[in-house]
Amino acid sequence: MNVNGRKRPVDVLPQETLAHTLRYKLGLTGTKLGCNRGECGACTVLVDEINHYACSMLTHSVRGRAVVTVEGLQDASGTLHPVQQAFVDELAPQCGFCTPGQIMSAVALLKENPNPTREEARQALAGNLCRCGAYDHYLNAVERAASTMRKAGQLT
Amino acid sequence: MSYLHIGKNFTPPDIYGKVTGKAKYAEDYAVDGMVYARLLTSPMPHARVKNIDASAALAMKGVVGILTADDVYPAEAPSPALLTNEPVYVGDPILAIAAVDEKTAENAIAAIKLDLEPLPFTVDPVDSLRPGGPSARTEGNVFSSREMKAVSWTQGDVERFVTGQEPSAPAPYEWSYGDLEAGFDNAEVVLEESFVTTGYAHMSMEPRSVLSFWQNGKCHVHGSTQSQSFVVPFLAKMLGIEQADLVYVSEYCGGGFGSKIGSYPVLAIPGYFSKKIGRPVMLRITREEEYYVGSARVGFQGWIKAGFTKQGKVSAVDLYIVQDLGPKATGGDASSAGGAVSILYQPDAMRLRDVPVLTNTTPRGAQRGPGQNQIAAVFEPLLDKAARELGIDPVEIRRLNAPDSNTTINADQGPITSAFMEEALVKGAELFNWSERIQKSGRQNGSKVTGIGVGQGYHSAGAKGYDGLVRLTPDGRVHLHSGVGNLGTYSYAATTRAAAEVLKCSWNSCVIHHGNSGLHLPWSSYQAGSNTTFTHTRANYVAAEDLLAKMKRIAAGALGGEPEQYDVADERVFDTRNAARSLTYAEVAARAIELGGEYSGEVYPEDIHEVTQRAVSAIAGTGLVGVAKDTLPVRGTVPGLTVGFAEVEVDLETGKHEIVEFLAVADCGTVVHPLGLAGQLRGGAVWGFGMASLERHVYDPHNGLPANVGYYQTKPPSYLDVPSSMEWAALDIPDPDNPVGARGVGEPAMGSATAAVMCAISDALGGHLFNRTPITPDVVLNHVSGNGQSFGPLAINTF
Repeated sequence: MNVNGRKRPVDVLPQETLAHTLRYKLGLTGTKLGCNRGECGACTVLVDEINHYACSMLTHSVRGRAVVTVEGLQDASGTLHPVQQAFVDELAPQCGFCTPGQIMSAVALLKENPNPTREEARQALAGNLCRCGAYDHYLNAVERAASTMRKAGQLT
Repeated sequence: MSYLHIGKNFTPPDIYGKVTGKAKYAEDYAVDGMVYARLLTSPMPHARVKNIDASAALAMKGVVGILTADDVYPAEAPSPALLTNEPVYVGDPILAIAAVDEKTAENAIAAIKLDLEPLPFTVDPVDSLRPGGPSARTEGNVFSSREMKAVSWTQGDVERFVTGQEPSAPAPYEWSYGDLEAGFDNAEVVLEESFVTTGYAHMSMEPRSVLSFWQNGKCHVHGSTQSQSFVVPFLAKMLGIEQADLVYVSEYCGGGFGSKIGSYPVLAIPGYFSKKIGRPVMLRITREEEYYVGSARVGFQGWIKAGFTKQGKVSAVDLYIVQDLGPKATGGDASSAGGAVSILYQPDAMRLRDVPVLTNTTPRGAQRGPGQNQIAAVFEPLLDKAARELGIDPVEIRRLNAPDSNTTINADQGPITSAFMEEALVKGAELFNWSERIQKSGRQNGSKVTGIGVGQGYHSAGAKGYDGLVRLTPDGRVHLHSGVGNLGTYSYAATTRAAAEVLKCSWNSCVIHHGNSGLHLPWSSYQAGSNTTFTHTRANYVAAEDLLAKMKRIAAGALGGEPEQYDVADERVFDTRNAARSLTYAEVAARAIELGGEYSGEVYPEDIHEVTQRAVSAIAGTGLVGVAKDTLPVRGTVPGLTVGFAEVEVDLETGKHEIVEFLAVADCGTVVHPLGLAGQLRGGAVWGFGMASLERHVYDPHNGLPANVGYYQTKPPSYLDVPSSMEWAALDIPDPDNPVGARGVGEPAMGSATAAVMCAISDALGGHLFNRTPITPDVVLNHVSGNGQSFGPLAINTF
C-alpha cells in the first residue's frame, strides 16, 4: 500500500477493511470508526484523491493506489494543510470525532472544485455526519480554505 | 468592562489534535499485552438468566477469560448494573469475554449457551399502568422519590388519558404553587392539549469504548466522558477501589450530550476484567451497542391546561406528565419541564403532576435540556395558539411574559441571578425583521407554504462550590489546572481564561493541564447542565485571586511595604508607589518555593475537595500555588436563556419542510468565547431541528425489539437537514453573580430552536398544533389531506 506518500508493506486478510488496516495495523488512529458500516463518514480517507469511507473498502482493493489519511496532510515541516488551518481558525470542530472525515471530504472537494459555492460544499460534505451540529462552522472553514488556497496559488 | 482575555477568541490547544488526527480518544490507545473484550447482550427485553454455559467458549484457542455479573459491583434496582443476571432491555450486557483479538472474542460470544427465562415486559408506560399491566422490573413499574413502586390505573383512568382528556389518576409526584382555580378564573382563554414527545438516542459520534489496565496497584482507565475530575469518585466506587488508586484519562470525548456526564456502567467493566485476567483490556463498543448502552432522552406523554388573561399574561398552568424512564433510575425531566414553564411564562399559579414509569427500553439519561426542551416543544406552540385567539403577535405575547431579573422559578418560587429575555426578544425581532417577515406567514408558492416562528429556551446554567487550582513556576509559566472535561465546547480552556484575566498575564505564558487525573487536576463540577462556564470561571477566578494575594505578600516581604500597595502588570508584581520595585512572576515563583507552606502548596485550605487536596499535594514545592474553593455568593438559580427565530417552507405535497432562515439570540451574560458560543448556539439549533422533525426511537410492542439501531433509522440531522448558514447574536449583559458576568447556554439553544421550528410549521398550516415530536412528513400529510392520523393522540411507538 501507499499511505501518505510512503510504501507500507502489510499483510491483510481478504475481508479486512481499509479502516481496520489503517487504525490497527498502521497505527493511523486519526481515521475514526463512528459506525463501521458506511453511515457516518468519520472514517473518510482519500484513495487516488477521491474521498471514500475506509470502513466500507477492502484493503486489498487499494493495493498500489495512493491512500491519504488526515495524518498525511501536513507538509514536511509540520505546517498544517490550509484546510486544517481553516478548521482551526473557524473553531470548526466541537468534540472533534468526525473532524478528520470532514477534513478529508473538504480536501477532496477542493481538489475537484477550487471555488465551491456554499451549497456545493454542503452537498460535497453531506456524507459526513456531525452530532455536535458544527455544520455551519465546517462550511465556513471550507470557504476560508478555498480562499486561502486560491490566494496561495495552490488551486487554479 | 474591558477584558484582556474574556470575550476574545483564542485557539484552544486541543484543537490541533482534532485537525491532525493526533487527538487520542479512548479507543485510540493501545498498550502491550492488550486483549479485546466483547459483550454478550440480552436478546430479550426482560429476562432472568437461568444458566450460562461458557465451556465451549472458554475452550477456544485465544480466549483469555470471562466476566459475569458475579464478578462486578452489585447494583440495586433500578440503578444501572455493569453486568446482570436479570437483563431489563434488549442490549443489556450480561457478560463479557476477552480474547487475543476481537474476532476470537466475538466467536466465543457466539459459542456461549445462554438459558434465559422470559419475564413480562413493557415498551409503553401506559401499558404498564393498565390494570394488570406488565412491570418493567420485578421490583415495580414506577420510580419516584427514590423508591420503586407498583402503580396501577383504573381502566377509566387509562381511557381518559389515551384519548387526551384531563387525567384522573393520582400522580406519585406533584408540586404546585399559587391558586390554580383563581388563575383559570382570571383567564380569558383556557387551552387544553395532550401531547407526546418521543424519546431518542444521544448517539454521540464516538461509541463509548474503554481501555483499562493495572500498574503499581493503580487502575488506569481511558474512557470517554464529558467530565474529568467529577468522574473519579464515582468510577472508583464502581470499581471498588480508593480514589487515589484510580488514574482516569479522558483527554478527548467524542460527544456526550448528557449520555457521558459521569461514570457509567461500561466504563468500569474493563477495570474489573483486567484485574481478573491480569491483562490490559480494551472494550470496543459498536454503533449498534451504543444504541443499547448509550442512553436516550426521556419520553413524555402528557396533558396541559393553560390559562391566558385578555392581555396575554399566563395566569395558570396545570401540567401532567407520564415519563418514559426506560429501565433504570433517572427521571428529573418532568420536574425540570415544570421549572422551565415557571420561569419562562411565570404563571400566577401552577401545578405539576409526574408519573415516572419504567419501561424495557434503552436506559434514559439527561439529554441536552432534559425536560426543558421537551416542554419547549409543547408550550411554545400552545402560546402561539393563545396569541392567535387573543389577537396578539407571537413575539409580543412572549415579551409580555418574558422573565427579568426579578422573576422567580420552580415550586418554591426561588430567585434567579438575572434575566433579560425581553431584551433578547427585541434584539432578535429586529435582527430577524420580524414585523416584515411575519407578513409572509401562510404565503403559498406552488406546493410550498411559508411559516414564521419564534421559540424560547431555558436551562439552569450554573453551579457553585467547586475548586480552582493555578500555579506559577520559576520559568514564569502560569499553569492552569482544569478538572473540567473536554466535551467539545472548549469550556475546559475558556474558563481558565478567568484566571489569566485576574493575573493579567499573556495567554502565551499559560499552560493548561487537563484530561488526565495524573496531571493533578482540581475537583470540578459535572460537565452538564450548561453549568461549566458559570461554575468554572468562578473557580478559576477564586484560585487566581488566591495566587494574586500570595504574590503581593511575597513581594511586600521581599521589597518592603504592605501587600495592598502592590499590583500586577506585564507578568510583574510591582509597588504602585514605586514601580521600579518589582519582581517578575518567575522570581515570585522561585521565592514561593523557598518560603514553602501555603505559598508552595505544602499547606492548603481545609475546605477544598479531596481530589484537589491530592492534586495540590502532588505539585507542592514546584512553584507558587493558588488554590481555593468557590464560596462566592449566588442569589438563586442561574438561568441560561435563548430565543430562536425560524422561517420554514412546508411542502404540502411531500409533508417535508425546509428551514429557510434561522437566528439564535442568547441571554447568557458576558460572552466569554465568541466562536465557542456561536458553535453552541448553532449546534444546539441543529439538535433542536432533529427533535422537532426527525429523531425518535420506536419499539416493537410484541417483542420489545428496538427498531432504531443505526443512524439511518434514528436520523440525526445531516448537512442537508439544516440551513447552510445560521445567524446568532448575544446580549452580552453581565450576570451579577459571576466575576466575569458569564452564564451557560448550551442546552436552551436547542429548546428555542425546537420551539421556533415547531411554531413555524404550525404557522404555515394555519395554526394547527401537532402536539407531538417529531413532526414527520407523514403526520403533516395526514393533516393536510384531512385523513386524520393513523394513531391516537397519546400513542407512542408509531411509524
